[in-house]
Amino acid sequence: MRQSNAYIIVFSIITTIVLGGLLSVASVGLGPRQKIQVELDTKKSILGAVMEINKTDDVLAIYDQRIESLVVDINGNEVSEDASGKPLVAENVSIEKNYKLPAEERLYPVFLYKGTGADVEAYILPIYGNGLWDVIWGYVALDKDLSTIKGAVFDHKGETPGLGARISEAEVQSRFVGKEVYNDEGSLVSVNMLKGEGNSPESLDPHHVDGLAGATITARGVNNMLLNYLEYYQNYLKKISS
Amino acid sequence: MAIETLEHPVVKKERSENLLSKRRRKFVTDPLNDDNPITIQVLGICSALAITLKMEPTLVMSIAVLFVIVFSNLIISALRNLIPNRVRIIVQLAVIASLVTLVNEVLKAYYYDMYKVLSVYVGLIITNCIIMGRLEAFAMGNKAWDSILDGFGSGFGYAWIILAVAFFRELFGFGSLFGFEVFKAIGLESFPNNGLMVTPIGAFMILGIIIWIQRTKSGYVEH
Repeated sequence: MRQSNAYIIVFSIITTIVLGGLLSVASVGLGPRQKIQVELDTKKSILGAVMEINKTDDVLAIYDQRIESLVVDINGNEVSEDASGKPLVAENVSIEKNYKLPAEERLYPVFLYKGTGADVEAYILPIYGNGLWDVIWGYVALDKDLSTIKGAVFDHKGETPGLGARISEAEVQSRFVGKEVYNDEGSLVSVNMLKGEGNSPESLDPHHVDGLAGATITARGVNNMLLNYLEYYQNYLKKISS
Repeated sequence: MAIETLEHPVVKKERSENLLSKRRRKFVTDPLNDDNPITIQVLGICSALAITLKMEPTLVMSIAVLFVIVFSNLIISALRNLIPNRVRIIVQLAVIASLVTLVNEVLKAYYYDMYKVLSVYVGLIITNCIIMGRLEAFAMGNKAWDSILDGFGSGFGYAWIILAVAFFRELFGFGSLFGFEVFKAIGLESFPNNGLMVTPIGAFMILGIIIWIQRTKSGYVEH
């Protein structure tokens, strides 16, 4: 009886229903909690571009207090509704999904970091691109003058541990602080990581930072995504500076 | 049925058997050393290389594997007389995959940082040969309590090896343990980190050394 086709089919169906049901319940039950975690993670990295986050900090409270967000298009005009007419929330705009669209059609979120007053202290822009093995992304914070980098965070999906993966280390990210993305003539040059590590201090001018030993391609990916996204945000940045 | 005949004498003998009799203690202690799933059976190597970079993710991974192996052993053992022989592997896989997905969902909800670090490797527990191997070789033919003990044995056998590998990799690769900077704390500020330990090659070497020491001591030879 245990080997009959009918028994096998019935057994398989019951197994599928029980296990499938169990997983559905777990997924639905844990869904809201997972959503909060994803939100927390996004907000943590946005804030991470401008300030140190400790494990005990109430990220959501700080975020609500200090960050204001908006979404712009490639021309720098604010977009408040998505294609179906629903209001847009900058935090929910997926950079990854937009990256697959042509640059002109993408949505570009901007996060404004406010001081204790109402003044904007920094403009935090998301960046996204390709590293050596997989995608890399991050946030770069521009100071009020829109040229000085106030801070940057990078993360990656699958860069080599100890080599390219070092872009997610605070020490590497801190190299960008204080660098200028515009040159003296006022044209965009971005900030580039040099090839190799331990470059002479003279070569580390306001537009260059020390590179990563053994991770030239990841560093190049960082350079590209930084330059690309600063270009995408040019129209918006020009608009607010005038 | 081969399984039923195999089981028959065991049932008679077990009537008055202590919950932790000598025979049963062997289920737990054997895989720790003499029959270790990683160093003797050489199973589950891929995850042992991939997630042993630091202590914390390794510990989480150990707990995840332990949970999956104990509960899948229990479930399969409880159902062993109901599972049709022809689809048993699929049923085993379905149970393992469900438990792994459950672990993954819980990690995502309550331990998001670790979820990001371990990423695909939690999902890959499904294909961890240790678990499939125990279900097929043990849980399909033994009673539930014995299977639970067997699950603990193999789980701990896996755990202590990968924790040992992670200990050396984090210590020499990053100079820290669980993120605590050991060398700085004992005054060796300039202790150089070993880049080799950070790559999977470092894990291979440490694993090789552990296997070497263990087999030298036990005199085990592969046939």
